Amino acid sequence: MKRAGALQLTTPGERDLVMTRSFDASRMLVFDAHTKPELVRRWLLGPPGWSMPVCEIDLRVGGKYRYVWQHDRDGTKMGMGGVYREIKAPERIVNTEKFDEAWYPGEAVGTLVLVEQGGTTTLTHTMRYESRAARDAVIKSNMESGVAASYDRLAELLAEPVHQ
Amino acid sequence: MKATHRLDTIFAALADPTRRAILARLASGQASVTELAEPFAMSQPAISKHLKVLERAGLVSRGRDAQRRPRRLEPKRLGEVTKWLERYRRLWEGNYQRLDALLDELKTKPHTPGDDR
Repeated sequence: MKRAGALQLTTPGERDLVMTRSFDASRMLVFDAHTKPELVRRWLLGPPGWSMPVCEIDLRVGGKYRYVWQHDRDGTKMGMGGVYREIKAPERIVNTEKFDEAWYPGEAVGTLVLVEQGGTTTLTHTMRYESRAARDAVIKSNMESGVAASYDRLAELLAEPVHQ
Repeated sequence: MKATHRLDTIFAALADPTRRAILARLASGQASVTELAEPFAMSQPAISKHLKVLERAGLVSRGRDAQRRPRRLEPKRLGEVTKWLERYRRLWEGNYQRLDALLDELKTKPHTPGDDR
């Protein structure tokens, strides 16, 4: 079976971060995996060692969601939540996002778009931060990471359409 | 904060598709302004303007050849951005690989939306 495509990450605007990835599944399944707590808590876990003891989703416009992750060993908790602004099953969700311990100013808005073609679903997730300063804060807080990236990855990371 | 300001300038420079195309071109070797302007339907002054933004962000520098003034990529500066993006990408790739496995499982076990709450 053909494995789903690699994740692409681009920064097309001053305040946006866009992720694109395809999945070998119908978009109904991908949609369910993003909106049913018993499914969400099985994959939306971040780095190894974290679980998701709280996952509450009130899937309607104006409804809230709340996620809390916990580190298995030291018990550290990290929570976030927000409000659904748009829901169009199984193709589109717009929601706000705010972490309990704010590490960037203001609220961010996430837009999830699912497009299905020939049994493959392409997911596009756009995070729009309140300001360029907010995105700077996100960048800065992640800068301590020692992960080295070679600039060969330029093409992949900047894989926006190149017009010639 | 200086480091943040620099990243800010880098991201602003990368926000434009022409400038990303210029960087992609320079990734395969240095080039003069004339050579860079060629593939784009743009005047040399327009390209120079884009180059200035890239130079200010430290992403591009000028070579020694006084005649051609070739521009070249500064991979170290770009590394500051890719480092962060790469970490973020890995985090999400980890999530999405788990999602792949979950979706495979859901496909084999027919799943009717809404029947399991």
